[in-house]
Amino acid sequence: MPTAAAAPGVQRRWDELVRPEHVHGSLYTDPAIFQAELEKIWFRTWVYVGHESEVPNANDFVMKSIGPEPIIMTRDRSGQVHLLHNRCSHRGNRVCMTERGNARSFTCPYHGWTFSNDGALKGWPFPSGYEGVDRSEYGLGKVARVASYRGFVFGSMAAEGPSLEEHLGAAMKSIDALCDTSPEGEVEITAGFLKHKVKANWKFLVENETDGYHPSFVHASIFEVAQSGIGELYSAESTAVSRDFGNGHTENDLRPEFRKRDVPMSWFGTTADRLPEYTARMNAAYGEEKARKIMIDGTPHIMIYPNLFIAEIQIFVIQPLAVNESVQHVTALQFKGAPDLNRRMRQQTMGSVGPAGFLLADDAEMYERTQMGVQMRNPEWLFLGRGKHRERRDEDGFLIGDNTDEVPTRGIWRHYRSLMEAE
Amino acid sequence: MPMTPEQRDALEDVTRFIYREARLQDEHRYDDWEALWTDDGVYWVPANGDDGDPEKVMSILYDNRSRIALRIRQFHTGKRFSQTPKSRLRRLVSNIEVLDDRGAELDVACNMMLFESQTRGEVVWAMRTEYKLRRIDGELRMSLKKVNLVNNAEALYSMAFLI
Repeated sequence: MPTAAAAPGVQRRWDELVRPEHVHGSLYTDPAIFQAELEKIWFRTWVYVGHESEVPNANDFVMKSIGPEPIIMTRDRSGQVHLLHNRCSHRGNRVCMTERGNARSFTCPYHGWTFSNDGALKGWPFPSGYEGVDRSEYGLGKVARVASYRGFVFGSMAAEGPSLEEHLGAAMKSIDALCDTSPEGEVEITAGFLKHKVKANWKFLVENETDGYHPSFVHASIFEVAQSGIGELYSAESTAVSRDFGNGHTENDLRPEFRKRDVPMSWFGTTADRLPEYTARMNAAYGEEKARKIMIDGTPHIMIYPNLFIAEIQIFVIQPLAVNESVQHVTALQFKGAPDLNRRMRQQTMGSVGPAGFLLADDAEMYERTQMGVQMRNPEWLFLGRGKHRERRDEDGFLIGDNTDEVPTRGIWRHYRSLMEAE
Repeated sequence: MPMTPEQRDALEDVTRFIYREARLQDEHRYDDWEALWTDDGVYWVPANGDDGDPEKVMSILYDNRSRIALRIRQFHTGKRFSQTPKSRLRRLVSNIEVLDDRGAELDVACNMMLFESQTRGEVVWAMRTEYKLRRIDGELRMSLKKVNLVNNAEALYSMAFLI
């Protein structure tokens, strides 16, 4: 039987699988659909790869990925960042087996081909055997387009397409707000990642990140015993909103609640006087009035499609491995020039996320159970209609709804359909 | 060199302690397990190798005594869904060694293999576990338990039980 991805008439098929308020269960379980997603989403659009602060010095490198593909992120001698496929151009061996380090070149252990950290083939042993062969054709594969925004490095394997700025759109403002929470205007990724594997389709993870409906239930156990104040943000009474930024980017905008509280650092569950060093630096950097506003508003809760989730104090990078297997890479954000805040960021992140986290272990349980559920045949469809009747546009023209509404999920699927239908 | 009677006694005490701790964890006897801790206890499961400084880099688990208590309270709500239903667990302990006996405190290490059966499926966890044990009123208590999972550099499934 021809697969959905390969068969002619694909257009009609995506129409049938993704409806305005329903999606078909097979979208999470059909291996052919997963293959089509790799081609049309992961190997075509802009995908978040890593942060410039992970390769701070000339010749630093770190292993990353785009979908299931391993990628080496390098900084060359001149400071430029490259995204290279970890595959020798000779016989396909991996040229790098070290998680991170500093190296001007990578030598394939199989036949000794050596590549500089910008991907160019520097040398091949016993060169007399390559008479008439053009060395410049045998560099490491490079990700076609590399671009970064305020330190966040994205790659696109397609040579043509929208620019990173066009792709990010309104999400750029959220990244700005995030960086402005640092007294030096920069975030750093320096604490190392936790890697949490789940037996679930990657789209369940993406949808869950800005699903404001589940926290009251999935995280009831920790809200009951810890006075975090997070629970209230996702209650039926919350004035926070959910938003669809377009291009698949979505958020839970918690600022209305924080502004109502009008307490600097309440977004972080504390007060400014408990972080005197940070507060002083923010005041010095932005002036008291702007610093106060930044410290009330807090950092965003935004899912940048398809794989970067900025969750107030941490980032998640979603990696699909198979139709029913994904990894969440997660680490604490670190704000440049804010050591007292950073320590708490790490402590809270270690408590809440990763395989043993107070929050994430329970989210993972939900992804895995939904994955088991969608394999069942009846009912075939998932319902995404919550809050449709009260969906509205904000002053910037973005669709918003109550924080518990499925506005983000519907936005994610609209974008998904447009990507899958694209030629 | 043969063990002295004191060394033999210490090893026997330590072995009994570790076997009991293993059983309490396997059987989800949270309060009994929590009672094994000293007031300054630290429960640590490193990520990305065994030697990262938990004050600087991410660990899978890095609980001080109050966070250990919070973890136990979360289990007791009955809504810790990653453990509802609870994982079925059994671990084998071996290679127990008293590495340093300073009288009031001992450094101890052992190897463990843990079999987990859960809704997701079956997982085998292998680890090197290090303890700092303190002698308090003739009983041993944990002031540090550090669990070095053999695969801690890889992506791991949820491990919301007591490892």
